[in-house]
Amino acid sequence: MNTGIEVNGLVREFKNGPRAVDGIDLEVAPGEIYGFLGPNGAGKSTTVLMLTTLLPPTAGSASVAGFDIASEGPRVRAAIGAALQEAALDPLLTGREHMKLQTALHGIPKGERERRGDELLERVGLSQAADRKVGGYSGGMKRRLDLALALAHRPRILFLDEPTTGLDIQSRTALWEEVARLAADDGVTVFLTTQYLEEADALANRVGIIDHGKIVAEGTPAALKAEIGRPTVEAVPRDPGEQERTAAVLARFGERAGSSPKGAAVRLEGGESGLADVVRALDSEGIAIETLQLHAPSLDDVFLAKTGRSLEGAEEDEAEAEESAAEASPA
Amino acid sequence: MSPELRTQVGQLARRSILRTLRQPAQIVPALIFPLFLLAVNAGGLKDATNLPGFPTDSYITFAVAITFVQGALFSVMNTGTDLARDIETGFLNRMALTPLRGAALLSGLLAGSFVLGLLQAVAFLTAGLAGGAEIAAGVGGAAMILLLAVAITAAFGTIGLFAALRTGSGEAVQGLFPVFFVFLFLSSMALPLDLITTNWFHTVASINPVTYLLEAFRSLLIEGWEVGPLLLGFGIAAAIFVLGMTAAASALKTRLVRT
Repeated sequence: MNTGIEVNGLVREFKNGPRAVDGIDLEVAPGEIYGFLGPNGAGKSTTVLMLTTLLPPTAGSASVAGFDIASEGPRVRAAIGAALQEAALDPLLTGREHMKLQTALHGIPKGERERRGDELLERVGLSQAADRKVGGYSGGMKRRLDLALALAHRPRILFLDEPTTGLDIQSRTALWEEVARLAADDGVTVFLTTQYLEEADALANRVGIIDHGKIVAEGTPAALKAEIGRPTVEAVPRDPGEQERTAAVLARFGERAGSSPKGAAVRLEGGESGLADVVRALDSEGIAIETLQLHAPSLDDVFLAKTGRSLEGAEEDEAEAEESAAEASPA
Repeated sequence: MSPELRTQVGQLARRSILRTLRQPAQIVPALIFPLFLLAVNAGGLKDATNLPGFPTDSYITFAVAITFVQGALFSVMNTGTDLARDIETGFLNRMALTPLRGAALLSGLLAGSFVLGLLQAVAFLTAGLAGGAEIAAGVGGAAMILLLAVAITAAFGTIGLFAALRTGSGEAVQGLFPVFFVFLFLSSMALPLDLITTNWFHTVASINPVTYLLEAFRSLLIEGWEVGPLLLGFGIAAAIFVLGMTAAASALKTRLVRT
């Protein structure tokens, strides 16, 4: 029995809406950090709602911590913690009051509640702000409190739905460190949804890429990138008037890729070893180069290869889909 | 009640009371508007006491009953808006991930209404007495008035809970407020039922439960201890409470579709 997460053919349809999750299969081992990557509206949050028992699946099955999500909801909830999209906090309560409520609702004995609350507030760096109303917290502080609340009852599995969306880089990094520590030190299994490539890259042991409700790729970040295999080379000519000629030279070595406004870029068909040939070709054409950069393949390249679209470009395409899924009532 | 349920109700009641006390924007209108209406009515309609058959010489004694019902109507809005906000912000989902029981959630949320209802009733009674109102049933009658006011506040609060759970929208809950005010105006608010001579108004007022809530207060204020109107008043409050809670519990099941 997998005491992590096991999903088989999970489907969720909405009335008058799209098939938000369309038969996904995945497996997350205990202690693993699994990154669920995709644009807005791809089906990430719907999957999390089903796995956390807040939304019944239309078809398929899944077990979380060894319990069936459809028939053993209370046991699943006892084993998991979740910080869902948008920190769901009461702006009129203080951080400490939130912890008190959460520990009490989870049935933690009265004598232990305060100690557990203080311990978690300290862990997420909110001891100083514990007695301030949450309405005055920054976005990062709210997210950290959200995480602390999710950990109140010492869950074995943690669901984090876009935990760093809207946070500045410092808050984001602090949260990443805490999540990594939870998995490494406490053996917590983490199911993390994100639309940030660097987040999945930095945190996840394995990544599943979801688009239009289907998993289009799955593996370790390194394996997924290796599957694509082609790095990108970008050159910016010293003379802006040489941009066209630079692009023409580069085009001999691979297909065009996105570049900065003053430069040109291609995916190297021959891999990294082709870089020397690019330099020689530019030199023989007499093009003076301002900068030359070699980019390793990113998860965005993986997304592009699997879906034909860039992850960032997909955001806008999917916005409408997400809106209609959110508005559709359950089937 | 199991210790677990007691803890849940207690914690949610504490939260609800804290939220109520920390929102002056909820408390102030619920206190000011009924008192304002009382001042207007007591000043402008005092000649109504000269009508043959009017039960008292003091219009403020007659009118102070309105404040308790009007104040209770605010609890529909406050209780409902608080729950709707929890739905909108996802706080309800957070609570749904704990072993929280539906009964604890609904009872806990009503606790804030209880506190606000008691604050309002004390304020209205004090203002009424200061303005010259009398309580025929004496000190015990004053305590009964507070109890009845709190009971009505809780009963109306359940309607707010139902509306919030059904719609999930604070705006929709607030939209109910004028509808409830129509019930108040179509009751024996300004005149005793016997003195309403317009046929359709008399018919509507006589089947409007708000009339009998007002009569229960007035019996204590004007007549003294009368069992009939009190039983009717508490009975209507209890019926609204039971119906409202049943509807809210059913709506909660639909809203919380956790497996």
